[in-house]
Amino acid sequence: MSSTAGASDPVRGPERPRFPRIPRPRLPRARTPRPESSAPSATPATPGAGPHGEAVLRVRGLVRTHRSEGSAVRALDGVDLDVDRGEFVAVMGPSGAGKSTLLHLLGGLDRPDGGQIWLEGRRVDGLSEARWALLRRRSVGIVFQFSNLVSTMTVADNVELPALLAGASARQARTRREELLGELGLADKARAVAAGLSGGEQQRVALARALVNEPGLLLADEPTGSLDSRSTRDVLRLLTRFHEQGRTIVLVTHDARVAATAERVVSLFDGRVADDAAVESAPRGRRTTLADVLELKG
Amino acid sequence: MRESLLALLAKEPAHGYELKQALEHTFGPAYPQPNIGQIYVTLGRLEKTGLIRGQDVSQSSRPNKRVYEITDAGREELAAWFEKPTEGPRVRDEFFLKLILAPGTGGADRLALINKQRRHYLNTMRGLSRLAAEGRDNRVSQLLIEGAMLHLQADLDWLERCQEELE
Ligand SMILES: Nc1ncnc2c1ncn2[C@@H]1O[C@H](COP(=O)(O)OP(=O)(O)O)[C@@H](O)[C@H]1O
Ligand SMILES: [Mg+2]
Repeated sequence: MSSTAGASDPVRGPERPRFPRIPRPRLPRARTPRPESSAPSATPATPGAGPHGEAVLRVRGLVRTHRSEGSAVRALDGVDLDVDRGEFVAVMGPSGAGKSTLLHLLGGLDRPDGGQIWLEGRRVDGLSEARWALLRRRSVGIVFQFSNLVSTMTVADNVELPALLAGASARQARTRREELLGELGLADKARAVAAGLSGGEQQRVALARALVNEPGLLLADEPTGSLDSRSTRDVLRLLTRFHEQGRTIVLVTHDARVAATAERVVSLFDGRVADDAAVESAPRGRRTTLADVLELKG
Repeated sequence: MRESLLALLAKEPAHGYELKQALEHTFGPAYPQPNIGQIYVTLGRLEKTGLIRGQDVSQSSRPNKRVYEITDAGREELAAWFEKPTEGPRVRDEFFLKLILAPGTGGADRLALINKQRRHYLNTMRGLSRLAAEGRDNRVSQLLIEGAMLHLQADLDWLERCQEELE
């Protein structure tokens, strides 16, 4: 159950890194300037890597209008975004701001009406569904709000299936599944049928499934949305570890604790980027104390 | 702090320094602690109003120390404090004032104010997460930090509402 389960397991050997380490840039992060307003950036839409060669995701002028029964909603209205390798980015914003639409576009589950997306330097907004499916299996893990688990399959099979499809051996798939479920406090649910789980449990299984192929990029929409405080902590611990391995995370959240775990928060509003800021602890030399918060109250 | 000291003295008599230690021990390192000077000043006031009674106790090699005990009036005061429901935190009116008054002043626009405030909350939240990780074994601290986090969450949610309504 605990996150150290199996650390000294004689079969698997002691303390091996659970995700292979991806080299992480140690260069100073000269990011694109953070707009205070939603004015579209003037950065030229150069295909390929970012200005410092490490953009995992590059998005320019993304527009998506949803049409239904005569009415049209412009869910995304010109979004520019660069995400460097190894960054942990939280996307916040009120309901209807376009967060899920953005994530769907980034994961290839929906297509933009305008704008471009580069993934690992490769233009992907026009890829076929089949190519996207391959990308998602190999290098992009996705957790969506409504965890589309295969409801009649066991938890273990749900998590192992993508690994097997990607060519892992049965043993590898089982090992990774056990580790992930263990870390998420779900070791004892492995044999349960997915449909019988609570919403919060399904959400965590979906996260395990998204991570089982050790993707370089994780896209997650409200991954802690229906979790209690303890499960949220488990998920945060797993995400933090994943991030520390040099992997990239873009997640949508309303939970300030989750957002503050990220190193950067992008705020969407009305389909545009309203703010994009690094999250930092209190200024150097000044520890946060409860006084900082309590003083503000009553 | 008055009430904290009264509550500690309702359990047993103590001198100023013992009270400081008891507060630290009870609430843990995360809680903002009064310094010894503030404690002595408060004890002086409590004594003057008859809620506690002090008595000098001589020590062989050091100056006298003053040991305090709670009086009946002090116990009544404490009971009244426990009896009274506690006001919830009030909405942060200073930020709200800025937000409402900003347009037209040329000083700041609302989006910039909201963004600045959101960044501040998130940074504070990050500091709290770190604080929580440091003092994992102190349950009282953990609970306090969790409370502070929930307040911050509410502040952020409200900020979002302000943005939706005013932008
Ligand atoms: N499939 C859809 N059909 C019609 N409108 C949609 C659809 N998906 C999203 N929308 C609308 O687009 C806007 C943005 O939605 P969404 O991206 O889900 O926002 P968020 O995730 O930030 O709450 C909303 O106004 C929503 O009602
Ligand atoms: Mg959504």
